[in-house]
Amino acid sequence: MESNKYLEDISEIKNMMSRSSRFISLSGLSGILAGVYALIGAYLAHGVLIEYPRTRNRTVGDEWLDFMFVEKLSLIAIGVMACAILTGMVLTLNKSKKSEEKIWNSTSKRLVLNFLIPFITGGAFCLVLIQYKIAWLVAPATLIFYGLACINASKYTFGDVRYMGMVFVILGLINTQFLGYGLYFWALGFGVCHIVYGTLMYFKYDRKQT
Amino acid sequence: MSLIDNINKAFDHRIRLGIMSILMVNDYADFNMLKELLGATDGNLASHTKALEKVAYIKVEKQFIGRKPNTRYSASKLGKMEFKKHINALEKLIGK
Repeated sequence: MESNKYLEDISEIKNMMSRSSRFISLSGLSGILAGVYALIGAYLAHGVLIEYPRTRNRTVGDEWLDFMFVEKLSLIAIGVMACAILTGMVLTLNKSKKSEEKIWNSTSKRLVLNFLIPFITGGAFCLVLIQYKIAWLVAPATLIFYGLACINASKYTFGDVRYMGMVFVILGLINTQFLGYGLYFWALGFGVCHIVYGTLMYFKYDRKQT
Repeated sequence: MSLIDNINKAFDHRIRLGIMSILMVNDYADFNMLKELLGATDGNLASHTKALEKVAYIKVEKQFIGRKPNTRYSASKLGKMEFKKHINALEKLIGK
């Protein structure tokens, strides 16, 4: 009988440790949608790349000197990101309302901060790559830095995000050996990976709420 | 029998378990954070933090953020050690 109380105590302890350090209102559904947006973006980017003969033949060259080229691709990337972030915020807000947890507390702040540090660093680094016309490394770099951001953020939310982050890093590194296929790796990572992990997390965590 | 000795009476309340748990995984937690996570009233929480402070398991820091007073807590080395002992004892007791 007493062991029941001890069991309760242990689970209470573990629960409280987790609740106070991990943000658990993150929505798996937002991952799935982010993946879908990324695939749409990849399709649009493919349309842009086809216009330029060199990229159509999967060699890298002077296209990157063409401002319009970079601008179009950047717009697509920013568009995808904006949609994904907005969707993520709305769905996560929704989810946290159900569990009556205040969404903007110290755990969520910590999560966002720890995600943003590698993420923004990566963004800055990609701008530098574009600046020095080494733009063919941009796709692998985005995958790698995003993966590192996820690995770092995973300490403050669901641990599964860590594995997703590792997959991104590996994809990015493999990409460096197949430079002409940047878009495919990009679609595989930001598209497929998000959908897979989003689904896994949806079934693991989101469902339990209802 | 010696296992039960390591069960610390100072932690014999859900809220005290909660306070120590939170302070084990966070360097600091302020009063409002504890209150929100534990769902306790001001007075209730205050009496438990006082009790833990009395046995030097937690440390209190009072400061001002702008004009608002802010109280934050952290676990002392002694507190962390004792809580770890308590957790180990609990785990062994249910393992039996």
